[in-house]
Amino acid sequence: MLRDITLGQYMPGDTVVHRLDPRMKIILTVLYIAIIFCVTSPLWYIVPLCYLLFASKMAGLMPAHLIKAVKPLRFLLILTFILNLFFSSGETVWVHWGIIKITQEGVFTAIHFSMRLIFLVAGTSLLTLTTSPVALSDGIEMLLKPLKVVHFPAHELAMMMTIALRFIPTLIEEADKIMKAQMARGADFESGNLIKRAKAMVPLLVPLFVSAFRRATDLAMAMEARCYHGGEGRTRLRVLKFIPADGWALVITTFALLATIFLGKWL
Amino acid sequence: MEQQAKNFDVPMQVEAASYQYEEDASPAVDGVSMNVPKGSFVAVLGHNGSGKSTLAKLMNALYLPTDGRVLVCGMDTAQEDEVWNIRKHAGMVFQNPDNQIVSNVVREDVAFGLENLGVPHDEMIGRIDDALSAVRMTEKASFAPHMLSGGQKQRVAIAGVLAMLPEVMILDEATAMLDPSGRKDVLKTVQKLNREKGITVIWITHFMEEAALADRVIVLDQGAVAMDGVPSEVFSRVDEIKALGLDVPPMAQLARELREKGLSLPAGILTVADMVKELKNTLCLSK
Amino acid sequence: MPIKVEHLSHTYMQGSPFSATALHDVNITIEDGELIGLLGHTGSGKTTLVQHLNGLVKPTEGKVFVDGIDTSEKGVQLLEVRKKVGLVFQYPEYQLFEESVIKDIAFGPKNMGLSAEEIDERVRFAMNQVGISYEDIGERSPFELSGGQMRRVAIAGVLAMRPKVLILDEPTAGLDPAGRRSILSMIRDLHAAGDLTVVMVSHSMDDIASLATRLIVMSKGELVMSGTPREIFKQQETLRSIGLGVPQAAELNHALLAEGYDLPDDLYTLGEVRDAILRLAGKDVSEC
Repeated sequence: MLRDITLGQYMPGDTVVHRLDPRMKIILTVLYIAIIFCVTSPLWYIVPLCYLLFASKMAGLMPAHLIKAVKPLRFLLILTFILNLFFSSGETVWVHWGIIKITQEGVFTAIHFSMRLIFLVAGTSLLTLTTSPVALSDGIEMLLKPLKVVHFPAHELAMMMTIALRFIPTLIEEADKIMKAQMARGADFESGNLIKRAKAMVPLLVPLFVSAFRRATDLAMAMEARCYHGGEGRTRLRVLKFIPADGWALVITTFALLATIFLGKWL
Repeated sequence: MEQQAKNFDVPMQVEAASYQYEEDASPAVDGVSMNVPKGSFVAVLGHNGSGKSTLAKLMNALYLPTDGRVLVCGMDTAQEDEVWNIRKHAGMVFQNPDNQIVSNVVREDVAFGLENLGVPHDEMIGRIDDALSAVRMTEKASFAPHMLSGGQKQRVAIAGVLAMLPEVMILDEATAMLDPSGRKDVLKTVQKLNREKGITVIWITHFMEEAALADRVIVLDQGAVAMDGVPSEVFSRVDEIKALGLDVPPMAQLARELREKGLSLPAGILTVADMVKELKNTLCLSK
Repeated sequence: MPIKVEHLSHTYMQGSPFSATALHDVNITIEDGELIGLLGHTGSGKTTLVQHLNGLVKPTEGKVFVDGIDTSEKGVQLLEVRKKVGLVFQYPEYQLFEESVIKDIAFGPKNMGLSAEEIDERVRFAMNQVGISYEDIGERSPFELSGGQMRRVAIAGVLAMRPKVLILDEPTAGLDPAGRRSILSMIRDLHAAGDLTVVMVSHSMDDIASLATRLIVMSKGELVMSGTPREIFKQQETLRSIGLGVPQAAELNHALLAEGYDLPDDLYTLGEVRDAILRLAGKDVSEC
């Protein structure tokens, strides 16, 4: 049943990685992405590989969890690989067969870019696997707070995320119910070509939107009744606090970044 | 503006208040007056479209009366600078349990109002714990709302209002979407808050069996007060109630039919227990 | 056209850590012309059960036969089943989507592939059945109507498929007393017009007492009682033990019996109890 799906890919746990401050985890993720982009040769993916294996071990995750996160991207990966393989120009031709030409450089680029994609997704999913969506939105709000001077709506953005997270299960459940109700009236959501199927979604989407708007109106009223008036003068129940482990994580990640830069430059 | 004296003895005063959604439309609330003394439990009864929801929204400045005025603890709802104070004193629980819970964790939702009021973090925690235990939801504090039953969600909403330490709680058809056990559960919770914490309750409903438990019933029709009195008095006026599109408790109906057939039963029978007691005085117990 | 449910069990999310048994070994036969009240607590399996009756949900174990069609057979024409068994969901007004009332009611017949004339004829008939005017309301947007009218339009949308069995899940939920009364009397009229078997899911004892020819009581996924209202409401203790009440008339009947009055033990309507009390009152007071 639709309503039983879990939200996002968060795997609750009580490891040191789970306990890291979400702000720090976001910063670490940015550093990690920097590491990936500093890798100059497929061989040096050994650094982010070690980093990932270490981090997922600390988070109590199996490599299988990360592989599962990459899996939906397999078609994109194959496409990236093939495009780079056939369309990179290079000097050392390995295979020449009609118009198809595979060069040494092409093979390297193909591997390089595919690895880059795999490591990007695997690493960022480590963040979402160990950080609850609520903590994540808190972290984003806090990190973006300084941007308030340029009128960036950090609080509003975070509030929107919180509400979205709150209502996703409700709306999924509702979609499930409306779908069944229309099926009881003979609607067919499963057969036919793409256009027919898209058209078949109208009886589901219209009631779903109507309901979402009604819920939004109700919620706005309820929030006002509970004295909501934006981020001004607001206190928070959840207070983010850095712990010593945050410092260590930052040191380790910075070291990994420096190592990658060093390897790329001098080796 | 001159500061009005706070009036906590009569936390809700409605003085000839009217409300029109559009200028030419007939008023949704039409000259309603009522004083609700501290600690009382008042039921506002009316069919759909009788104006009871509009009245509720006038009671905490979500709407401002187009005529007359509404005073919450002595503060006129038209005073813009008092609006957060008014809403803190007059907490509101709405009909749809799903559409009033903001956060995806129970205790964080209870915190929502406190965060808005700028309550310091340490104080917040105590108030949240108290509110959750008053509605018996302590065990579910870390649950996601969609894992709860309708009645439990309404209790969370009540806790969210309770944590703000209101004088009056306005429940706008808070049980209309619940099953019978959820309905009983929410009603019991509110009755307990009324009795033990002295919170004044304005209970808006179309279920007469709930209104029958109030200290006082106000029946609305076409935006105006049609009846106002204690339940036993109001529900003995069976024909009037029915003409207003409402029901009377089955036992009040039965008492009336028996009276018509010549049985002498006193007015004010609302429950099965009342009926048994009165019949024992009237009927011959043939062994 | 009977519906037969044989040893039906249903487990949601079988094989996952979230698996939950919603139904366990349920057996019922629904005969033509019955008006069945399906009672039970929230989570008793009522909704899952009725969703089996038109093939929206498939049995994990056991079988459901609708007019002889096995709903879980491979390649079964579910549209055929859904034509025979109409299901009105709880708060059905939330499924309206078309720009006019007529178009919305026509949705079901259209899915059945009927001709334009046939569809129009059915829409008119269904609107008449639920008591809304084709001329006055037909062209209006369903979203402009009152809650009670929207619900009638939604019910008409199912009736327009001309089902043999109409199932209504909590048809009076959220309505005020007048709305409730008028929907209930509409259901009574639909059934009285013949040809239609009705199954009504409810947790309001008073609603169901006045309507049903048979009651089926569910608890924790199992069928615990089945019988006429008179037989069922007599068993107040059993009903209470599974968290259900009885109509107040039946409650009074029992309370008076417990006080030692000489009454039948199976009254459940106000009229019956009134007459019984009047008979007692008619006895010579000097005998007391």
